[in-house]
Amino acid sequence: MDKTQNNKAWFLVLPVLVIVAFSAVIPLMTVVNYSVNDTFGNNEFFWAGLDWFDEMIHSERLHGALGRQVMFSAIILAIEIPLGIYVALNMPKKGIWASFCLVLMALPLLIPFNVVGTIWQIFGRVDIGLLGHTLAALGIDYNYTNDPLDAWLTIIAMDVWHWTSLVALLCYAGLQSIPQAYYQAAKIDQASRWAVFRYIELPKMKGVLLIAVLLRFMDSFMIYTEPFVVTGGGPGNSTTFLSIDLVKMAVGQFDLGPAAAFSIMYFLVILLVSWVFYTVMTNLDREESR
Amino acid sequence: MRLKSSAIVMALYLLFLMIPIYWLLNMSLKTNTEITSTFTLFPNDLTFSNFVVILTDPSWYMGYVNSIIYVVMNTVISIAVALPAAYAFSRYSFMGDKHLFFWLLTNRMSPPAVFALPFFQLYSSVGLFDTHIAVALAHCLFNVPLAVWILEGFMRGVPKEIDETAYIDGYSFPRFFVKIFMPLIASGIGVAAFFCFMFSWVELLLSRTLTSVNAKPIAATMTRTVSASGMDWGVLAAAGVLTIIPGALVIWFVRNYIAKGFALGRV
Repeated sequence: MDKTQNNKAWFLVLPVLVIVAFSAVIPLMTVVNYSVNDTFGNNEFFWAGLDWFDEMIHSERLHGALGRQVMFSAIILAIEIPLGIYVALNMPKKGIWASFCLVLMALPLLIPFNVVGTIWQIFGRVDIGLLGHTLAALGIDYNYTNDPLDAWLTIIAMDVWHWTSLVALLCYAGLQSIPQAYYQAAKIDQASRWAVFRYIELPKMKGVLLIAVLLRFMDSFMIYTEPFVVTGGGPGNSTTFLSIDLVKMAVGQFDLGPAAAFSIMYFLVILLVSWVFYTVMTNLDREESR
Repeated sequence: MRLKSSAIVMALYLLFLMIPIYWLLNMSLKTNTEITSTFTLFPNDLTFSNFVVILTDPSWYMGYVNSIIYVVMNTVISIAVALPAAYAFSRYSFMGDKHLFFWLLTNRMSPPAVFALPFFQLYSSVGLFDTHIAVALAHCLFNVPLAVWILEGFMRGVPKEIDETAYIDGYSFPRFFVKIFMPLIASGIGVAAFFCFMFSWVELLLSRTLTSVNAKPIAATMTRTVSASGMDWGVLAAAGVLTIIPGALVIWFVRNYIAKGFALGRV
């Protein structure tokens, strides 16, 4: 749709600007302020320049957390995206069963994050949890509080449980928008199941899939509550992701300067990735509307 | 034959989703001794005492009330400010509109952990610490951009001729917006409200940082069960079950819109 040029539209955007400025710009400026100052308490600040940034860029701790974070995001994307597509392809198309599946699938999405953590914390415990108990009964040595590998597996299973439905629901919505005629045409051409998927369904899901990848990447990159409840970042530091490390540094040890420098770099990484995705997305939009 | 295999896949997937929830429900109906001493798939000694504890103790049930208050406040604020903004984005081009839109979106993408400490200081300094409105405003950080994004998608689908006809008929802008335009995008408002509700309801990091007693959300109250006498598993599980219920109710009401909202691909 061609839009009218009208700078008065700014007045309509004003309320949003005020609210978001209050809850985003002011706090962000505080963070920037901390990142270039040093403090010994009592609200006395000393100019520290870029020292904190320098320190954080070379910090082993940050590198470790970043490495674990990237690995975690990569693993859950590799599992959730294909699984989500597969589930979406198998969902009933309409009727009471479709509603039934939709409601059950959306359920994990609406559970508070820490309750998700609690559910899996209980579920995985060897003494009282179904999963832990079953594995122990099968003779598998499983203990997510001691063994880093088990902790990772538990957190990945939890994230798959929690978020695969989002990918599946997005893909399902994408599939719903394909006209029936496309499938009939494919049938006449005697296209194989794979060909139907590859040349009809996948291209139609491209837009929603991109959004699914973006959302899952962002949210997994910011993950805090769920692993914190399940493992508390342990055993050792093996499941300490970026957000967990950041909160530990800022609230636990009150190292404001380094934590603020850390925040800003964290934010910039996310900004960069979302800009790339946003550009690709708007280009896709333009191609489709052409 | 194909129908059958897809039914099996769905059944397995739903089973995978439901088992952990079932286990929580199962535990919430057991006594603590049964939880720790024996291992049973069904509660042998069915008890509702865990739920009774929560529903009779104000420090527990006020957590639910607090959560619901700030979630509703947040949803109302987000939708109210997002409506005119989304209209502006969908109808007009103005100086810096694309940059503004992207900047709004980046707030949806910013990690709450980055904002936790500054928020705490900001709201303390203006005397809003431990109030419902503080949490509601803090959650606007990610919900307002989201609401603008969803609503803009729905509004783009409404032909511009409707606006023009209404103006010719002598409608003023506010009257046109409320009487004609809002009913047209009612389902969009529903979807946006659903997602605002959802993200505000599940968020914990900010709501815990910004509250101490008076506005403490249920999710933060749950950490209380780690007490002197060990874990009170039964009550913890019961509290967890009760946090699932509002979400389940909301899903049930909007189930027919969910697919449509997702179809716009704007979450």
